Amino acid sequence: MLDIQGKLEEIGPYVPAADDDLLVCRCEEVTKGEIRKAVHQGITTIEEMRRYLRSGMGLCQGQTCGNMVKRIMAQELKVSPVEIVPATSRVPMRPIEMEIAAEDGGLES
Amino acid sequence: MKVTRYDLIVIGAGPAGLSAAIEAAKKGVKPIVFDENAKPGGQLFKQIHKFFGSKEHKAKIRGFKIGEDLLKEAEEYGVEVVLNATVVGLYSEKEVVVKIGEEVKHFKGDAVLVATGAAENMVNFPGWTLPGVIGAGAAQTMMNLHHIKPGERVLMLGSGNVGLVVSFQLMQSGCEVVALADAAPRIGGYGVHAAKVARTGVPFYLSHTIKEVEGTDRVTGVTIAQVDSHFQFIPGTEKHFDVDTVCVAVGLSPMAQLLKMCGVEMVDTRGGFIPKCDDTGATSIPGVYAAGDVAGIEEASSAMIEGRMSGAAIATYLGYMTEEEKTERIAELEKALGSLRKGMFAPENRGKLIEKTDEGIDISMNLLEKGYVADEEIARFPGVTKRRKVHPVMECTQNIPCNPCQDACKKGCITIGDNITSLPIVDPSVDCINCGMCVASCSGQAIFLVEEEVEPGLGEVTMPYEFLPLPKEGDKGMGLGRDGREIVEVTVSRVRTSPAYDHTNLLTVKVPMEHLDAVRFYRPIA
Repeated sequence: MLDIQGKLEEIGPYVPAADDDLLVCRCEEVTKGEIRKAVHQGITTIEEMRRYLRSGMGLCQGQTCGNMVKRIMAQELKVSPVEIVPATSRVPMRPIEMEIAAEDGGLES
Repeated sequence: MKVTRYDLIVIGAGPAGLSAAIEAAKKGVKPIVFDENAKPGGQLFKQIHKFFGSKEHKAKIRGFKIGEDLLKEAEEYGVEVVLNATVVGLYSEKEVVVKIGEEVKHFKGDAVLVATGAAENMVNFPGWTLPGVIGAGAAQTMMNLHHIKPGERVLMLGSGNVGLVVSFQLMQSGCEVVALADAAPRIGGYGVHAAKVARTGVPFYLSHTIKEVEGTDRVTGVTIAQVDSHFQFIPGTEKHFDVDTVCVAVGLSPMAQLLKMCGVEMVDTRGGFIPKCDDTGATSIPGVYAAGDVAGIEEASSAMIEGRMSGAAIATYLGYMTEEEKTERIAELEKALGSLRKGMFAPENRGKLIEKTDEGIDISMNLLEKGYVADEEIARFPGVTKRRKVHPVMECTQNIPCNPCQDACKKGCITIGDNITSLPIVDPSVDCINCGMCVASCSGQAIFLVEEEVEPGLGEVTMPYEFLPLPKEGDKGMGLGRDGREIVEVTVSRVRTSPAYDHTNLLTVKVPMEHLDAVRFYRPIA
């Protein structure tokens, strides 16, 4: 388990950067600055980031931005991207209409 | 709730999934294959170029043809393929939840193979969300599946094989590729792929990346700049290009979420988040397998072999094949896979700077940094010889797994030997009959036929040519060098096409003798 307080002290305070307005998750319109700030607020895993900012929660489910979010978090936390804990994979893996999900098991059942 | 049982459920009808289903079906397994797309074949039908490897890997056959053959084989062995079928869930008990049409259906496999492939990576720079910034794979889908030109003027980011191959295809479809940039200091893909792009005149900017894409409601331009060894921009190195399209080819990431969902042990690597599995793709859950890019990014030829290995392992797991049969089959397939994974581009050499070929010849640094072998470097390679009479000049300068040229020459001019990554050697004592089969067989378009003094002061260069409209005999155009520079006006003396050449046309141009060793491409005069 990561010592979050210790980590936050180690990485220091959030410092605004010129590219903070850069869009990262285009489905949910989350910027690089928002992700960086969230890290300094104690968000250290992809799962937490998804719940906190909704990055990677849109139509593409993080297919496009997933690696970029991970890289930004890793840079902010001063660790290798492979150390960032990934999100849980759960059903439905691909977007599915509520109407269809409601017919789980087929129309005849 | 109805749950339908199958011996084997394959997720993904790409090269790995189909190969596995075929291999297992050959032994009596009844597989079903789900694919979310409207057409099977994965990325194979987008691959219009000739593949590398040797005969057993279907070398010199174009990707889409390999796809057609695979579908035919699947049909022959009764492999059931369900299209527009999106797998939304996979559970540890090998239950598969699939959205088919307007319904969610449940299946259970005695074995499950995940062959879901990979997705394109993106990078973000100011303007990356503008219409006109597209993945290289998307550009390929537009061109080769839907026959839509992605744009008029394109900048390509990424010099791996995808970036190089797609740049060439963009030009084939009539786009202008203004430049190819890569943040890395050296070209990532095969030198032969780079060379065929460079000789058309596309400049390569290594250690350069995109600073900004300009435009308000769509792309109108792009600025690239040089980066230092820490990938920071160097001020004052900016270069601007007017473009309407920016293509991004910065690698692929395995789509392994289904494997994680069902509880397979995973590992995060630089190459992506992948399942832990053995050589046959067996994961930590008995009966759950992974093959192809989802288990680690490679390419279609190795995905097909990996698929076959998983197919054999699954047939054994289900009791359709004995352990002895499996061991024998896996050994055979491992040999084929091993030869593809040899040479400079072998998985263990990724990211390494290799300065000498296996033969001990210095690799061309120009090739790695600019995309072409310099005129003064080319003579040191064993495929490049000088003779008065017509003979092949093979500008094959890296150890890559490929050998169709050796079989193409019925006269025995060309030798590669048993090691398919060796550089081709031209035997000057054997007479070339100018059949052109070697030129057309080279997936890297690196073979030329050269003849000196066909008339006083003029020689002839025959080159592979895959652009339309096809020049005609007597046409005049510019002879371009390996670097794409205009050297001299040349005249087309012969144009050859043949079913045996498989859409690689042979263009022969008359070149003044002093430029015979330098002219390697032809540009029609507009």
